Amino acid sequence: MYYRRGREIPSSGVTTGVAGATSVYVVTVIVTESLSKRFPRVTALDRLSVDIAPGVTGLVGANGAGKSTLIKILLGLAPATEGSAHVLGLDVTKDGSTIRERVGYMPEHDCLPPDVSATEFVVHMARMSGLPPTAARERTADTLRHVGLYEERYRPIGGYSTGMKQRVKLAQALVHDPQLVFLDEPTNGLDPSGRDEMLGLIQRVHRDFGISVLVTSHLLGELERTCDHVVVIDGGKLLRSSSTDEFTQVTASLAVEVTDTDAHPDGTGALRTALAAAGVAVTTAAGGSESLASSGHLLYVEAAGEETYDLVRDTVAGLGLGLVRMEQRRHQIAEVFRDADAAAQAIPAPAGAPRSPHATQDGGAHDVA
Amino acid sequence: MSPEPTTPQTAAAPSATAVAGAPGGAHIHNIGYRHYDGPRLGRAYARRSLFSQSLRGAYGLGRSAKSKVLPMLLFAVMCLPAAIMVAVAVFTKAGKLPVGYSGYAIYLQAVIGLYLASQAPQSVSRDLRFRSIPLYFSRPIERGDYVASKFAAMAAALFALTTAPLLVLYAGALLAKMDFLDQTKGLAQGLVSVVLLSLLFAGIGLVVSAATPRRGFGVAAVIAVLTIPYGAVSALQGIAHVQGNDAAAGWLGLFSPITLIDGVQSTFLGGTSSFPDSIAPSTGAGFVYLLVTLSVIAGCYALLLRRYRKAGL
Repeated sequence: MYYRRGREIPSSGVTTGVAGATSVYVVTVIVTESLSKRFPRVTALDRLSVDIAPGVTGLVGANGAGKSTLIKILLGLAPATEGSAHVLGLDVTKDGSTIRERVGYMPEHDCLPPDVSATEFVVHMARMSGLPPTAARERTADTLRHVGLYEERYRPIGGYSTGMKQRVKLAQALVHDPQLVFLDEPTNGLDPSGRDEMLGLIQRVHRDFGISVLVTSHLLGELERTCDHVVVIDGGKLLRSSSTDEFTQVTASLAVEVTDTDAHPDGTGALRTALAAAGVAVTTAAGGSESLASSGHLLYVEAAGEETYDLVRDTVAGLGLGLVRMEQRRHQIAEVFRDADAAAQAIPAPAGAPRSPHATQDGGAHDVA
Repeated sequence: MSPEPTTPQTAAAPSATAVAGAPGGAHIHNIGYRHYDGPRLGRAYARRSLFSQSLRGAYGLGRSAKSKVLPMLLFAVMCLPAAIMVAVAVFTKAGKLPVGYSGYAIYLQAVIGLYLASQAPQSVSRDLRFRSIPLYFSRPIERGDYVASKFAAMAAALFALTTAPLLVLYAGALLAKMDFLDQTKGLAQGLVSVVLLSLLFAGIGLVVSAATPRRGFGVAAVIAVLTIPYGAVSALQGIAHVQGNDAAAGWLGLFSPITLIDGVQSTFLGGTSSFPDSIAPSTGAGFVYLLVTLSVIAGCYALLLRRYRKAGL
């Protein structure tokens, strides 16, 4: 009578025991349709429609963008003001309890009591998910091993490092072998190597365990490395939903800074004019959020390909300016919002925003302030 | 665009999946992931699991050795007077126990209060303080299940604490060849009284503890809620009694948890009250006592439900 995971079901012959699940849902683990959540003062989600396929999906947004609210609704813990949402083919308003049996959740904040061991705690959580006592113990041992906790799992959690605690949190979300896990900011508070390990684990969760993942972060960079698909929301609205490939294929942008010379007292302006004449899209640092002291002297150039680098070099040389720096842009998620915000009115979904940032590979740790 | 479905390995044997090159995860042993195909027992089972975990926790079972000390000690202290009374009764061949079944818990209210103050915060403040609540609510159980399990576990723990000495008394009484019917009736009345007491104290203790994530505050607050009203009520009853106003003294008992139970048991359950001069409330007043007791229990339950409506993710 127990269903197997959805994606194993051949789309032709649906043998699932889940009432009402049709083959339509085999290709999506989460579907929301114009999902809204309004509180008296704020709108947390604003007509959000998104389809999420099996795999690792990143949910990106600044703090307060509505990520947690969305997870709450998807777990069937908060009613939506309007719209509908289905998780694993089940309606969140009607089948919350069934959904929560098949879904794992790893909260963003600390949630572990310090006075029990990881084993005891995870066994308890497994039983709370409905696993019989023996199975709960076996699955706990397996899961803790898979997340990389060995002897220390018999010691009280209070003595664990942040990285170990995060692993316990992940283990309790996986212990009942869910079909889908929600990981809320799993890399929060980890050092760079801890981050890498956690991201590696998240990839394994899907690739080796066959469990779909919805992972939230405010760091687009790290999600680009981990996810198959990225959904960006801001202010409860969908900004982008596209595969990571599309994200990274988008042209990169270069930050260029030049010196002023006697011939060109405003070197930046001169370069800008020259580059614009050469047909390259150039922008200056959009004020406000930039904290760099030299931001007024920075030009952002759309890099269409290798030739743009040459063009910039040649133009700078031609003008006789000194090239202070030319680097691939470290993008900040706020820019995706800014860009997409502008584009949102016209095209709400995938078509890449005009100046979408390029993934940086240096740890991806570009926090939104 | 969407990734290809992975075929999960259901084989128990270590599988040879190529994960050696997993980024950042290279140190993790590659023993294949096994899916769980066994039964999932659902909400009712989860509720029972939470109940038994909380009940065991209330006696320190499944917790550190240190946390077993106080509950076990209080349990022993609770039973000791009963054992002594029984010993004396058997030895002196007394025809009657020195203390009635239903009044026993009232005499030892301080011990029960201490037990509640130490264990109620342990049961609920911990989950609030360490923010484990979202882990429960992201599982099949609903908020109501959590409250029901915690309430039932605390009441059951108190029931065990208050029933054990009654059983000691009963066994002793039968050993001393006291009248079987009399003693059985007394025990039954005593059990009803401790059921009420357990529910009432569990409710009050949990509501007070759930208000604060700080365990220390919880302990202090529970003690305060139990002792301050009792002290005030006793003092006022004493004054009323000295002034000859026994009716007022009878009604005053409504205002503290333990005197509520005392009023109920002395009216309906054949006990003698600990009020000044052992005055018992009239039958009418007794009904008011019972009604107030039951509504306080229901009120505490409702308050707990409300508390956890807000303590979500």
